[in-house]
Amino acid sequence: MRDLTPQLLELIRLASTNPPPDVETSLREAFAKEAPGTAAYNALDTILKNVEMTRRNSTPICQDTGTPLFFVRYPEGYSPRQLREQIRAAVMDATKKTYLRPNAVDSLNGKNTGTNLGDQYFPTIHFEEAENDSLTVELILKGGGCENVGAQYSLPDNQLNAGRDLEGVRKTALDAVWRAQGEGCAPGFLGIAIGGDRGSSYIASKEALLSKVGDQNPVPDLAELEQTITDQANQLGIGPMGFSGQTTVLGTKITTTHRLPASFFVTVSYMCWAYRRRKMTVAGDQVTYE
Amino acid sequence: MTIKLNFPISDQDIRSLNVGDSVLLSGVMITGRDSVHKWLEDTFVKKTRQPQADDLQVFEAIQPILNGGAIYHCGPVVGGLDDRQYRFVAAGPTTSIREEPYQGDVMRLFNLKGVIGKGGMGPLTLKACQDVPGVYFHAIGGAASLIAQTVKQVLGVHKLEFGVPEAMWVIQVEDFPVVVTMDAKGNSLHSVVREQSRQVLDQLIG
Repeated sequence: MRDLTPQLLELIRLASTNPPPDVETSLREAFAKEAPGTAAYNALDTILKNVEMTRRNSTPICQDTGTPLFFVRYPEGYSPRQLREQIRAAVMDATKKTYLRPNAVDSLNGKNTGTNLGDQYFPTIHFEEAENDSLTVELILKGGGCENVGAQYSLPDNQLNAGRDLEGVRKTALDAVWRAQGEGCAPGFLGIAIGGDRGSSYIASKEALLSKVGDQNPVPDLAELEQTITDQANQLGIGPMGFSGQTTVLGTKITTTHRLPASFFVTVSYMCWAYRRRKMTVAGDQVTYE
Repeated sequence: MTIKLNFPISDQDIRSLNVGDSVLLSGVMITGRDSVHKWLEDTFVKKTRQPQADDLQVFEAIQPILNGGAIYHCGPVVGGLDDRQYRFVAAGPTTSIREEPYQGDVMRLFNLKGVIGKGGMGPLTLKACQDVPGVYFHAIGGAASLIAQTVKQVLGVHKLEFGVPEAMWVIQVEDFPVVVTMDAKGNSLHSVVREQSRQVLDQLIG
């Protein structure tokens, strides 16, 4: 198996320093909606200038380069063990080159490892064997501010008057956005999972964030709910950084997973505006990034 | 209109600031976040923990800077770690609300005039802003490289054993851009937005 460490390093550099085009387009559309001179307008202006600078200088968009979340689909014959070693080597290199901040902290003694490498869960790597011949590695860098405002609800929820249906999902999503206020670096993106157990629901909510902003949900009811949640979240008026304004949520993605008869979880993963998501595809000798 | 302020900031200048004011800060300030606030609270406010190692020396070194100065909730990306030629590569604010249990005490301990971060803080800090007096300066979350450009020099670092993001970095800044979102008169943009959005939420989820 070939050594992909340099290509993985480039994936990390790209993710940390250059936002995907669909995200930047969303930010520019939001900027156009705010009135000049307002704090919300100035915040988005600063955000866009920062993005231009980080792309030019190859420096991190945000100093919290977050938990690196890798989603790997490998063809038959690849070794997940070797891929894990290469990913870990690339994360360590990226940290030395200051594309990433050393973020792995021992939860018992508080020591930062300094390398960004922790136990088998840090960085987080999900493996799945692919059906075709190409290897894909998708990476999300998810910062702590937005991760901290993620939420999981067990329906029915009396306080929200939220039942076990899509209407209940809508109510929990809006409640999560309200609770987050500006703390998750609004305007954000929502990855929502309906169903699963508590663990699988959180993972699915993050997988929902792998799709592009403009991708259409193949399930019409979910596509409609995504739009409703985004529209209504923006009616809350929390705005960029929580300064009040027109845009609080830039997009919503919903996925479902099977659940137990007894459980109905709705899990909301909040992604900050610095939605650092990149993908690398290896097909034969060709390596491409998107 | 943008107001320019240099550290140390006088009580009079702090009291004249209002929610919504854009401010450019210049001078020496210190980064401090979760570990630093807990360490200050346990060792020097509640005194549930005896000073250890270099605790007292660090306190003496930071005290004159924080008196009339500001603490910045930030865990930077720092270059030059190998040869100690430190430079800030990326240095946006972290979420401030985690320091809510400690912030008021720390403001009173040092006569801190400014708390810089993102997302705003709660009633304990707002009360301290009135008492000390001080204000909460909101920086733009995620604008890390842009903000790092205003850090002209890294003058030193304390408690590096807390880790790079959690250490106290002493930095010289020039025209560091912030917005006042909590002032010394008891006004908080964050509580206003929270209340207004609560009313809309109630209508939407009925």
